[in-house]
Parts: sequence; C-alpha cells; structure tokens
Amino acid sequence: MNQEVLSLLASLNADMANAIDRVHRSLVHISNGRGAGAGTIWHSDGLIVTNAHVVHGRHDLKVSLPDGRRLPARLLAADPDRDLAALSVDATDLPTIEIGDSRQVRPGQWVMAVGHPWGIQGSVTSGVVIGSGDALPEMRPGRDWIALSLHMRPGHSGGPLVDSQARLIGINTMITGPDVGFAIPVQTVKLFLKEALGSREIIV
Amino acid sequence: MSDILKTLSDAMAETAERTGQSIVQVNARRRLPATGIIWSADGVIVTSHHVVETEDRIQIGLPGGQVVEGTLVGRDPSTDVAVIRTNANGLTVPAWAEASEVRVGHLALALGRPGDSVQATLGVVSAFSHSADEHKYFAQTDVVMYPGFSGGPLVNVTGQVIGMNSSALMRGVSLAVQTPSLKHVVDSLLQHGKIRRGYLGVGVQPAHLPAAAAEHLGQRSGALVVSVEENSPAEKAGLYMGDTIVALNDHRIEDMESLLSALGGAAVGEAANLKIVRAGQVHDLSVMIGERN
Repeated sequence: MNQEVLSLLASLNADMANAIDRVHRSLVHISNGRGAGAGTIWHSDGLIVTNAHVVHGRHDLKVSLPDGRRLPARLLAADPDRDLAALSVDATDLPTIEIGDSRQVRPGQWVMAVGHPWGIQGSVTSGVVIGSGDALPEMRPGRDWIALSLHMRPGHSGGPLVDSQARLIGINTMITGPDVGFAIPVQTVKLFLKEALGSREIIV
Repeated sequence: MSDILKTLSDAMAETAERTGQSIVQVNARRRLPATGIIWSADGVIVTSHHVVETEDRIQIGLPGGQVVEGTLVGRDPSTDVAVIRTNANGLTVPAWAEASEVRVGHLALALGRPGDSVQATLGVVSAFSHSADEHKYFAQTDVVMYPGFSGGPLVNVTGQVIGMNSSALMRGVSLAVQTPSLKHVVDSLLQHGKIRRGYLGVGVQPAHLPAAAAEHLGQRSGALVVSVEENSPAEKAGLYMGDTIVALNDHRIEDMESLLSALGGAAVGEAANLKIVRAGQVHDLSVMIGERN
C-alpha cells in the first residue's frame, strides 16, 4: 500500500479520535440510584440534557462530570412523551458540546454515538444515518427521528449523537435491533428546552 | 484536525443523494413498500421478486415524488429478481460498476426508498459466492438491510451500482445479485418474460472415464448418456447412448450437476461444442442448444 493511502487512513483515524475527544469533554454519566445513562452538557452553567427514561421518577440523581466531580443533580424538566429531560448541577464554566443542526442531516453521512454501555465510560459506536423524519418504518408516525446504522446499546441512552465534526445532532434514545438505533433530533431538543425552560436565557 | 472524515462523510451523503435519483419506491405488497432500481430511461424498473405480490397496478414512487402505475414483465425466484414496466419517461439510470473492479473489503452503501426519501446504510463487501447455475453471482456484505431495502442497489463509494440487494436470498445474510447476473436475468425477462435455460434432451448418469481418456482429458469422470429423446438437440447432433459427455463449450462436465449448470448458462438457439468420449476416443460434436420448458 502506498504512503499516500496510509496517510489518508491515519488522518481519518485521527479525525475520528479528535472528534471523540471533543465529545468526551462534555459527556456526563448520570446515575439514578438504580440504573445509569449518559448525558451531555448543553450550557456551561450546568444545564444537562438526557433522555427522560434515564431519570424517570428518581430523586437521587447524581451526575459525574468529565473532570471527575460527582454532583447531585436537580431535575428541571422531563417530557416522557418526547423522552427528553433537562437537569442542572451546581457548577459553572463547564465545557459544552457544539450544537449542530439536525435539519441538515443527510442519509449516508458519518455519525458517532457516545455513551456508557455496560458501564464502559465514553464508549463509541459509529456508522451512518439511514434516514430521518417522521415516516420511518418501525416507528409510530408523527414524531421526528434519526434512524442510524450502528451498534447502539442500552447504555448509550441519553448520550450524544454527533456528526463528523463533533457537533451534536441528536440524543441516542432507542434501539430496534443489534444494528439499528434511533436518536431524537437536536431540533426537537431545542424545542423541548424552549418550552420547558421558557424565559431562562440559556438556549443557544 | 484534518477534514478527511468530513470529506468522506459528505461524499457518502452525496453518493446516496445522487444515486437516489435512480431509485424508486415499489408498492406491490400488503406490508411495507420496497425499493426498485431504474433500469431504463423509458420506464423499466428492476426490483426483488419477493416484494411483488401483485402483477398489475403496481404503484411506483419516482424520485421526484410522482407516482406511476406499473405492470410485471417477469420474475426469476432463483435470483429474487422481478422486472416491472411503467409508462414513465426521461428517468435517470444509475452508473453500473464493472464486476472485476469490486473487491472484498470495499466500502459499499445499501440504498433504499421504502418512503418518500432515499435511505442509506454502510458496510463492506464481505465475500463473493456463486451457485451451481453459472449465471448467479452474488456479493455478500455486512450492510444492514433496513425494512424495505430489498430491491435497492448496493453501490460503491462513487455511486456505481455493484448489484441489487435482497434480504430473502439467504437468512440473516445480506446478499446482492451482482451486476452481470442481474443484466443476464433482466435481459432474458425483458425479451422472453422468463429465464431461458438450455436443453439437450439426454438422460445422463455420472460415470468413470477409461484410464487413457481420463489421463488425456485431465478429469476422472463425465456424464454417461443413458437415453436420447427423439428429435432432441442431442439426437440431431448425433449423440448416442453410451457416449460420455466431458465438456460443453469451455465447461468441464464431470456429473449431472455440472451439465445442468453449464446448460443453465448456455445460450438458447446457439451452437455449442460438445466434447464426448466414445469407445475410448475423444470426439467433438456441434449441438444446437434447445430450450427447456
């Protein structure tokens, strides 16, 4: 194999690893006393986004930050229907994820899902977008989803789905088979935060 | 950070979008719609046999959103291929990959259009296989066959079609009928409405060759003729009971299966060279291949 090809492959690997490094900086671990899930720091003043099913009905929420601190978390809002929740921890100047635009998602584009499957912290699976919208096979119509061809596992729930440049485009939420996962588009998350948190000026 | 990953990601999305212009939705069964590939600009669509449950009034969703009606031209269950004709015109045909350029380990996208928009999954070409009938060449991949992807194309990174995906050819494995096999089957269906298979009109059983002939030919067995049908291509070619067929054109015949396989791929209505062993001597006969019913 010639040097040019090898250096291309090396660059590809480096790009993936660099993107994941950036995602890890704003990735949190959420324990709810019984189980656990993943979450993403949305705003530096401690706003964290995850799935509602990661936090449902629990009051003893603890969030482990990327810097190692383990803090109690307050549930700000949860929407079981959209399976989204917003938490806050008492911290400032936290590293945040770059917010992408899920309306620009294209079938065939490269994506990476990050979470803590089987307790493996910050584990990554990558693949491509199958399609998006509110008329996907396997899913009830009327709700927007991003369908993914990758190896998502339950512990990825609540964690970030990012594009090739580490921008958040969805929240990992559901799997329908060993090779097919679904994420809630970040556009839905923005709407949820707007409705749930209203006047708090923390939505970017 | 370089932009290789972004470039790759953009390229795959563009490939899906561009090749998506040659992919249609096929609505011909009670369950979920499936996918089809545009075969010709004047309205011929190729899809999977197993997704076509009706023969006419098949709804074809074109890439632009328009829906046209189609009629079944023919089907071949052994390769899971069906051909549908519509009155649509000015359709965009895909680019086809040369089979010799497809290699194990290549990236491949499976594309589908079970809904209004194109969908994609990514994998690699895992292996190639072919069945006894020499015109059935398959590519095995690890792409996810999302519901409704059957009948859609397997494409390489530049958007050239490697073959047509089917989830029904083998359980739990994604197989694609490779382009040359697909062309053979579709051409035959378009011309004759069915797959034509060659016919000789002989009954055979495997038999060992005499030592001298075996050494001369480099094979130990052949297909011993035990009956010849009246007025058959075999009789007209001068084949007798007791002859042992050892080759049909370039295909070595060692038993019944290899003869069937060679006949499956033989061109009906064309002359073929039959190599036989008669009384220990090797002879060549010219036979006009007939059509098996």
